[in-house]
Amino acid sequence: MEDIEHLEKKMKLIDENGLRIDGRKPIQLRPIKMEVGVLKKADGSAYLEWGGNKVLAAVYGPREAHPRHMQDPTRALVQCRYNMAPFSVTERKRPGPDRRSVEISKVISEAFNSVIFTEQFPRASVDIFIEILQADAGTRCAGLTAASMALADAGIPMRDLVASCAVGKIDGIVCLDLRKEEDNYGDADMPVAMIPRTGEILLLQMDGHLTLEEFDRGFTMVKDAIGRIYEMQKEALRKRYAVSAEELEEPAEQAPPPEPRSEPEPPEPYPPEQQFQPDQDDMEGQQ
Amino acid sequence: MTEIVSELQRDRVYRLAASGTRSDGRTPEEVRPITVEKNFATNAEGSARVKLGNTDVLVGVKVEMGEPYPDTPDSGVLSTGAELVPLASPEFESGPPRPEAIELARVVDRGIREAHTIDLKKLCITPKEKVWICFVDIHALDYDGNLFDAASYGALAALTCTKVPASKLGLQDYPLPIQNYPVSITAAKIKDVIVIDPNLQEEQIADARLTVATDENGDIRAMQKGLKGSFSYEEVNRIIGLALKVSDVIRAKLKA
Repeated sequence: MEDIEHLEKKMKLIDENGLRIDGRKPIQLRPIKMEVGVLKKADGSAYLEWGGNKVLAAVYGPREAHPRHMQDPTRALVQCRYNMAPFSVTERKRPGPDRRSVEISKVISEAFNSVIFTEQFPRASVDIFIEILQADAGTRCAGLTAASMALADAGIPMRDLVASCAVGKIDGIVCLDLRKEEDNYGDADMPVAMIPRTGEILLLQMDGHLTLEEFDRGFTMVKDAIGRIYEMQKEALRKRYAVSAEELEEPAEQAPPPEPRSEPEPPEPYPPEQQFQPDQDDMEGQQ
Repeated sequence: MTEIVSELQRDRVYRLAASGTRSDGRTPEEVRPITVEKNFATNAEGSARVKLGNTDVLVGVKVEMGEPYPDTPDSGVLSTGAELVPLASPEFESGPPRPEAIELARVVDRGIREAHTIDLKKLCITPKEKVWICFVDIHALDYDGNLFDAASYGALAALTCTKVPASKLGLQDYPLPIQNYPVSITAAKIKDVIVIDPNLQEEQIADARLTVATDENGDIRAMQKGLKGSFSYEEVNRIIGLALKVSDVIRAKLKA
């Protein structure tokens, strides 16, 4: 047992070149793919792949809040249910809400409450469903980011989109967007959700160990990352609705730009595997 | 926790807070008086009844033998629960734990766990097979705001006087190995005003809440933002500063 513990502690999360186990630099995000309007029945939906995370979000409403005694005569309720599929993690998760998902559902509901114009829909409920299909750390940030796009897709009046990302500390270095191994063996994790335009913090959690200086640096990094994710969200929404707008236009009137729907540039240069090939032999040699 | 607060009262509490005083006469940066009574429930291996102003919480620790988690075969287990019993407030109802109780338990747990308060390695009896499990149970008795801090003080105080019942194995009982004392401070934001240790009135009208657990080195160990409003980064930093300012005095009180 001692040995296993030893190995765990020794597991190097950052190599001598300052790169992480997947070749990322501390400020790099994992690859992110977003798609809006992926479900038929829901009023709004979004699918998000973020590193090894696969997340679906759906929005229903505003619709009558049930049970009735829950209704607020002055505003709409915002109710979020974050749920993990039993097969989304390495060890099967028992289906249904556990304490962790109840807490995450609560903090995400609260985060959206102040962006949605709830006063426009008294007695109603805006229901947000987040399903984690595959989990690789950072699922609440991925879920919240997807839910924000699903809300926009549902046409729910909002002050702005909300974007979310986590920052953490691994091997003593402050890094963005931890993956599973980094989260498990790292020193701290801090998920944040913000309205990027105003800097309002809507979700903030932290566990681990951060000095004040690390907290400060981490926050600056995560704020910047959230800004980048916000741009991707807008791009994904544009991509969805650019098509419908085009279809409505008279074809002759406006010549569509040559490649209107070309894949958006990956917002974060993600080092291709090959880039590190030359070093790999050396590194193995050293070990 | 549903709030039914008249607009008049809402306005009064806000105006007081904005003017630098509060409905109970405190300054915005002042914590209510804390009293700690350790070993209140003697059938528990450790316990503490903590009063934070009129908020009254009893925390009991039961230490029992059990199996370790497969991924930490040589570590004891910490498990934290909270019951918001109807005796404590007209707002609490009986039944399965609501999200409020779950969040409370998890935030208290996070502070203790992330600061490595208990040296769980020392709670191993036989690796893979038998370890000591610490059940920390929070029992709210009287709810007058800021259960987060009251419960977390109660948990820390109870752990400091917990005895591991090793006599069950024919050994001597020994004190639970405690190595760090995280102190939690909760702040509430009412419109543009920030107060720490909100009382019930303040909590009911608060827009946002932030709980920060700091350790003896002045480092941050856990945070949790709650409620529907938002914080700016400057506000978060101010709250961390306020937390560090008062936490030493509270830590000494809980250790004693």
